[in-house]
Amino acid sequence: MEALNALFVTPFVEIFDAPWFFMEVLTGGLMAGVMYSLVALGFVLIFKASGVFNFAQGVMVLFAALNFVGLMDAGVPMILAGIITIAIMVAVAFAIERFVLRPLVNQEHIILFMATIGVAYFLEGVGEMIWGTDVRPLNVGIPDDVFFVGDAMIQQSDLFAAVVAGFLVVVLALFFHYTRTGRALRAVADDHQAALSIGIPLNHIWVIVWSVAGFVALVTGIMWGSKLGVQFSLSVIALKALPVLILGGFTSIPGAIVGGLIIGAGEKVAEVYWGGFFGGAIEEWFAYILALAFLFFRPQGLFGEKIIERV
Amino acid sequence: MIYREAGEFKTSYAADQGLLTIPMDRWFVIGLVLFAFIGMPLVGDEYWLGSIMIPVLILAIAAMGLNILTGYAGQLSLGTGAFMAAGAYMAYKVATNLSFLPVPVAILAGGGFSAMIGVLFGIPSLRIKGFYLAVATLAAQFFLLWLFTHVDWFVNYNLSGVPAIADYHLFVDWGPLVTGAQASVEARYLFVLVFAVFLALAARNMARCKIGRSWMAIRDMDIAAEIIGIRPLHTKLSAFAISSFYCGVAGALWAFCFINNVEPGAYEIERSFQILFMIIIGGLGSILGSFLGAAFIFLLPITLSQLPGWLGLDVPADVITHLEFMVMGVLIIFFLIVEPHGLARLWQIAKEKLRRWPFPY
Repeated sequence: MEALNALFVTPFVEIFDAPWFFMEVLTGGLMAGVMYSLVALGFVLIFKASGVFNFAQGVMVLFAALNFVGLMDAGVPMILAGIITIAIMVAVAFAIERFVLRPLVNQEHIILFMATIGVAYFLEGVGEMIWGTDVRPLNVGIPDDVFFVGDAMIQQSDLFAAVVAGFLVVVLALFFHYTRTGRALRAVADDHQAALSIGIPLNHIWVIVWSVAGFVALVTGIMWGSKLGVQFSLSVIALKALPVLILGGFTSIPGAIVGGLIIGAGEKVAEVYWGGFFGGAIEEWFAYILALAFLFFRPQGLFGEKIIERV
Repeated sequence: MIYREAGEFKTSYAADQGLLTIPMDRWFVIGLVLFAFIGMPLVGDEYWLGSIMIPVLILAIAAMGLNILTGYAGQLSLGTGAFMAAGAYMAYKVATNLSFLPVPVAILAGGGFSAMIGVLFGIPSLRIKGFYLAVATLAAQFFLLWLFTHVDWFVNYNLSGVPAIADYHLFVDWGPLVTGAQASVEARYLFVLVFAVFLALAARNMARCKIGRSWMAIRDMDIAAEIIGIRPLHTKLSAFAISSFYCGVAGALWAFCFINNVEPGAYEIERSFQILFMIIIGGLGSILGSFLGAAFIFLLPITLSQLPGWLGLDVPADVITHLEFMVMGVLIIFFLIVEPHGLARLWQIAKEKLRRWPFPY
């Protein structure tokens, strides 16, 4: 009885007693969710265009951020550092296409997935060999004051991240819908063979989409890096993006955003109000269980394309 | 010429259905097992037996488990580490609280508990597939490890949370010591080897009888399999149960015979990926591949870290670590490109070559 009370009554009483605090927790969670969405976005882009489940996305975030912060520490101006990092990420995309994807074309999904884990190991080794393993603070001038809405405290940097994420999604959406390359990308995502048959060069498309994912990784890296410092643990956030992916669906950009928000908010609220009952640190697994619960009702994620199977 | 199957005539159905029908294969395998049981303890020293052979054999058991699930039944899983942990913690509970049971029973009980957990987390596989399922099994990985580290009951309210394994005799208070720090390395090695050999034999036989065939039918196309009368519920859940049983036994052996305590750090997500690598590099859907892959993936980092020393180069330790990561990544990609079907397939090709030698066409 006591347990039921702690599970179903007390948390809600607490929420109604202090609605502003609840709002604060909720916005904090939503903002963390935006960060997850940014990582998930990189996954979705690559999965859509090449059907590759890119486990290296988290390490790409770390790698881009390491290059960026390393160049800035070496005295390169911020804009130039950004441009150089993007160039590096494009080079990485070229290398991955040439040395990993092309030789493995037409292999099973699990083989490609394993290959991206190999890429993750490699990039991690290279990044840390060049730039070292220290935690590097990153300051790109994102405001980090707090302000109040009613009684709820909101971090300006969180808001900034949300704006950047929104901006990124709009840019990507415009890119996908109104440019020639974007249309080619969507065609490839729809059907590889049909796209090839009407003369879309698959290899170029892969380079482009991995470059775009590299760019998204850089933005994510800067956001996370200025919040936590650039460090190895950045590559672990990839694991947090996975439940976001299955919640939103592997192939849906809006899914990545909405999924990220649901996971972020859900996990913060659960930790604050139900964490004590379970003995704390439920953030580690709550996102996965939440995503699993959603999967029971929609096996393809919230926004994923309906899976039709034929014999 | 060297490897021949011509001229071998079978005169009974039993001979036709034998596990190894070609005498050359049979003698080779029997010789290998005999060497592992008799020769290895004689020639191997403390380091070779204790730090190489024992972990490789244990990881091979776990790899067989994952291979049953992923290689034979086609259900991708990233929760291997957690299923190993389930086996380890339950075996510890049984060994300490039901001390009248011999330690092999405790280890098998750990496997049984792990099988139950596996069935529980296998239920979503009836509805979701592929990478969605892989991420769903990650739920098992994170939830179970959290459970074992946060619920003190599993470690008998041990304050450090990492209980040491006592020294157990093979049968309660009779027989040689087989677990714990006092046990001789030969005894621990043979103890693990017996499990590995029997489980390998069981897996090999399961794979070719009805249950294994239904796993493979589900793997190749589950809807078609369902139409020809294979029940997906039974097939998928049995694959999860047996796979988790293997993983649980491996996890228990890891705690009892290798690291001598029940440490959650040994069953993290990295372990799951390591074992996934083993079956991919070794060969999906191959018992031999599980052993080859386990040896390869376990020995590769050790070799890489020793290599500069052997070559007489003086490389700082942190550079070696980074280089290890890079070389590991490159080698994985290289292997996938050269032979996506793994080391087991290479072995098969070698046998083909030996058959034709010296007159290849």
